[in-house]
Amino acid sequence: MAAEGSGPSSSEYITHHLQHLQKDFSFNSVKQKDIVDFSLFNFDSLVFSTLLGILAVFLLWRGARAATSGVPGRWQAAVEMLFELVDNQAKSVIRNEASRRFVGPLALVAFIWIFLMNFMDMVPVDFLPQIWHTAGPALGFSDYLRVVPTADLSTTLGMSTFVLLVCLYYNVKIKGLGGWGHELISAPFGSHPVLWPFNFLMQIIEFVAKTVSHGMRLFGNMFAGELVFMLIALMGGAWALSATGMSMAMGHVIAGSIWTLFHVLVIVLQAFIFMMLTLIYIGQAHDQH
Amino acid sequence: MNDILGLVALACGIIVGLGAIGASIGIALMGGKFLEASARQPELMNELQTKMFILAGLIDAAFLIGVAIALLFAFANPFAATLLANLPK
Repeated sequence: MAAEGSGPSSSEYITHHLQHLQKDFSFNSVKQKDIVDFSLFNFDSLVFSTLLGILAVFLLWRGARAATSGVPGRWQAAVEMLFELVDNQAKSVIRNEASRRFVGPLALVAFIWIFLMNFMDMVPVDFLPQIWHTAGPALGFSDYLRVVPTADLSTTLGMSTFVLLVCLYYNVKIKGLGGWGHELISAPFGSHPVLWPFNFLMQIIEFVAKTVSHGMRLFGNMFAGELVFMLIALMGGAWALSATGMSMAMGHVIAGSIWTLFHVLVIVLQAFIFMMLTLIYIGQAHDQH
Repeated sequence: MNDILGLVALACGIIVGLGAIGASIGIALMGGKFLEASARQPELMNELQTKMFILAGLIDAAFLIGVAIALLFAFANPFAATLLANLPK
């Protein structure tokens, strides 16, 4: 595809676009070598997710500030509908009024924040990286940028780990340390002492599997979406580099439109599922055995 | 080297293909039951529809994760660097 030898090959393009802007804790540019490496962080995901989080909070705050008990404006009506949706789901899963005061807003923020982060997939795939291509090196950063924070395993697993911590907190709070300890060793099979290790093992497996699948599901969907957008962009790239065959350009437009339409469904759905599972897991922490 | 690349290509095809079969069966079963249920009790349709979409997302997720892994191996094989470094000269 690199006919003039000027553009990157398709494999180089993908590899470059899948590289995070990584920094270690003394803010040097580094590249991840191992699959799990706690000595560095993905600076781009961190910046984008923080900005989008602030945006989400700001939008909700503005809706709340301008709220009237009279005829609501369009924005207020939208926020109220969203709030009611989340509130109804929370009421159906978590019966405890006091914990709903904390978990309800948590779920609402999770929904809006994850939706906004997923929405970065709708930004043209090369738009921000191309700006960064000139702006980044000028500011002294490496020329890597990934704009979708939820297509980063660190972000999604971080969020699902937080949900796990909230679950553990409510387990202790509702059942007490002793009650929860008793449930840990006697829950699935029964409270006979011979069964204690097996029960405990099952409980640990359940917690780990819940948390990992919770984060991996969001990550997998967003990563696949991003990758397909990159592959579609390659079609247009092939057309631009070789300047032959309008079919490539047409294919880019058609495939891009179809995948965007499908992906609009996926990003909303995944944000909703993440929120629902957050509620369900925390609701499970309230169940007495 | 060529053998290995061929096997990786086959593996990508199998990942996507089997994943698609599984997800299609899952969606088909669920969609069929949803239509049956809403034909029996049309007043439950809206409530069931939300739940159906949640489940569709859950079923789809495993398949899409598979597609992502297959595409990753097809376009930016993470093992290729190690493989090339260890090739007998």
